[in-house]
Amino acid sequence: MIDTKTLLPRSSQGLDSAKHQEKKDLVMVNLGPSHPATHGTLRALLALDGETIAAAVTEIGYLHRGFEKDCEAHTFQQCIPYTDRLNYVSAIINNVGFCKAVERMLAVEVPERAIAIRVLTCELNRIIDHLVCAGANLVDIGALTNFWYTFNVREKVYNILEKLCGARLTSSYTRIGGLSRDVYPEFDVEVKAVLKEIRESVKQVKTLISTNRIFLDRTKGICVISKERAISYGWTGPTLRATGVEYDLRKSDPYYGYQDLKFDIPVGTIGDVYDRIFIRFYEIEESIHIIEQVLGKLPKGPVITADKRVALPPKQQTYGNIEGLMNHFKIIMHGICPAPGELYDFTEAANGELGFYIVADGSKNPYRVKCRPPCFMNFAAFGEMIEGSMVADAVANLGSINIIAGELDR
Amino acid sequence: MDGQVLLEKLTAKFPGAVKGSADRFGQLEIQLEAKSIADVVVYLRDDSEMAFNMLVDIAAIDYSAFPNHTGDRFGAVYLLKSLSLGHRAQLKVTAPEEKPEVPTISHLFANANWCEREAYDQIGIRFTGHPNLKRILNHHEFVGHPLRKDYPITRRQALSANESLMDEMAVRLKQRGWE
Amino acid sequence: MGVESLPIMTTRRDAVLAWGQKNSLWPMPFGTACCAIEFMGVVSSVFDLARFGAELVRFSPRQADLLLVAGTVTFKQAPILKQIYEQMPDPKWVISMGVCASSGGFYNNYTVVQGIDQIIPVDVYISGCPPRPEAILEAVIKLQHKIENPQTTPVAQYMAKEPHFGF
Repeated sequence: MIDTKTLLPRSSQGLDSAKHQEKKDLVMVNLGPSHPATHGTLRALLALDGETIAAAVTEIGYLHRGFEKDCEAHTFQQCIPYTDRLNYVSAIINNVGFCKAVERMLAVEVPERAIAIRVLTCELNRIIDHLVCAGANLVDIGALTNFWYTFNVREKVYNILEKLCGARLTSSYTRIGGLSRDVYPEFDVEVKAVLKEIRESVKQVKTLISTNRIFLDRTKGICVISKERAISYGWTGPTLRATGVEYDLRKSDPYYGYQDLKFDIPVGTIGDVYDRIFIRFYEIEESIHIIEQVLGKLPKGPVITADKRVALPPKQQTYGNIEGLMNHFKIIMHGICPAPGELYDFTEAANGELGFYIVADGSKNPYRVKCRPPCFMNFAAFGEMIEGSMVADAVANLGSINIIAGELDR
Repeated sequence: MDGQVLLEKLTAKFPGAVKGSADRFGQLEIQLEAKSIADVVVYLRDDSEMAFNMLVDIAAIDYSAFPNHTGDRFGAVYLLKSLSLGHRAQLKVTAPEEKPEVPTISHLFANANWCEREAYDQIGIRFTGHPNLKRILNHHEFVGHPLRKDYPITRRQALSANESLMDEMAVRLKQRGWE
Repeated sequence: MGVESLPIMTTRRDAVLAWGQKNSLWPMPFGTACCAIEFMGVVSSVFDLARFGAELVRFSPRQADLLLVAGTVTFKQAPILKQIYEQMPDPKWVISMGVCASSGGFYNNYTVVQGIDQIIPVDVYISGCPPRPEAILEAVIKLQHKIENPQTTPVAQYMAKEPHFGF
């Protein structure tokens, strides 16, 4: 009589290390740095016992491009394109974060129209960031169709951003003191149309996955992180809200008129992969609400400050009279020189608190720019989160914490 | 909690630790003795009136080229935040060039581990008591600390082979109960 | 009943091989940074790289013949890029996508390799930061032309002009 107990597969969840003290052959597998699921380049060395991860060690820095050192070698305005490439799927939020910090340092007043357009484009970028995160995460789980739905609507948003800033992805839209240019005439109409398409797209994706048995099994209860652990790791943004902590910088430390806008903060329950994916869909809905509130009521006026120390004069002035030319020359060659001081300023980026600690020494280049990337804190917890789960869960988890290597490594 | 109130409480509780303060555009920066940072951070985290339960970031700065700078070469700024009470704190410690050491707080906040590794990698401040003070952004054959002012920006250093990470893995396996 | 009426097409072996290779490039996207997002845009339905046969994106170098380096390559990443390139079987081609991969981009600093051609040979360079999807499609078409006519590439023409000793 065959003893079926010996033939049944050993449950690989809940690995009890006390029972497995004898030397086992663990297989060392590198997840990355060249891997389809590692969005950007990062590496996790996994010690596998069968399919279960016994221990994980992570390594980053494969995309360390020296952002902070480059900022020290360039003027404040020249740093703006470098900030684009931090979180490159939502570039305008990085631009706004940096310019906001420098403007506070200079005590420059940004015109209301520029602030409203900044809020609008930031929320639009937040939407496309969440679409990329959700789309890529679902591809890793195996749900390829959703990738097309999310990316197609991104192309439509890209068309708008391209008409607005000149570039699809790396916008460099803001300038210190405001924006580089005003919105184009059909902007309102096109944004309204694209919001409808985003809603439709998100609805299609949710229809496909929310009752899908495979999706639920792959994401519910997977790689849970507790509130306390998430706070200890410095998590902010949607990943923290997925654990149940109601914390959003737009509500707790509001800026740019967010206190006057009506929107809710979606909050998850236990902080598993399911929560982290779905919270992004709810946040897309909230961002659409914000855009709709701002869209009809853009204040009139200039989009860049009139302060001559900071803003380039309009081209008619630059080419028209000598004062304009000299102003332009002075700003480009001698730069914007804030008085010596140190400042930390933050914004609610798509991933959480994006902060810039800027030290100025009175010259045209920043003395030190320290970027506080939300992804860095998210990925610090990754090793701990995946231990005890299976390799496929690690892949699903990696997508859910939305690691953008440009921001992680700077 | 107002910055001034925080400063007074800290000066009362940790006499000798507070060296001074500075106004940073509305946020009060409290300058501390390097050796007291761990005790102060424990107090700030666990006291119910303070409740600074999140370490936002550690920013390391090399002041050697800063105009009119007197004092130690390296500074490290600890940014703390309280989610429940809503206030923020900014603490700065300095370390001299000859002995750039600051006690670690990696046992107090989970993300301090990586933040301190980055400060060590880029500026070269050694955090005493850190369990794994290795480079995090630059590769393991890199010599020098790139964000120091005397490191030229275009000094490139090639890497011959990536590290195997087995040293860290051995430690981690032991922690997880595997021999 | 002559040869012309039989269902046979005559051609040269090289031409057939080249036709097959160029219309079924299997790209391996070595995506590191922002260009990888634009590459994702190229393979999605609006721009559709599948029209040119390069649909089957293979993340294993053993199963790919086109290495598409999309994004900045740092010194930490460089040994891995070399290893991936060496793992790919012949015939293989390399497209360097974006200015970071082609020349280091605007990152002239201590971490970035100033162009992947310092490490591996490159067939087609695409400039742009990031390049538009149409630019990537043009590069794939240029590569297809190169596969078909290897003797017309600038390097081949230069080498054909006069003898080079010790090169």
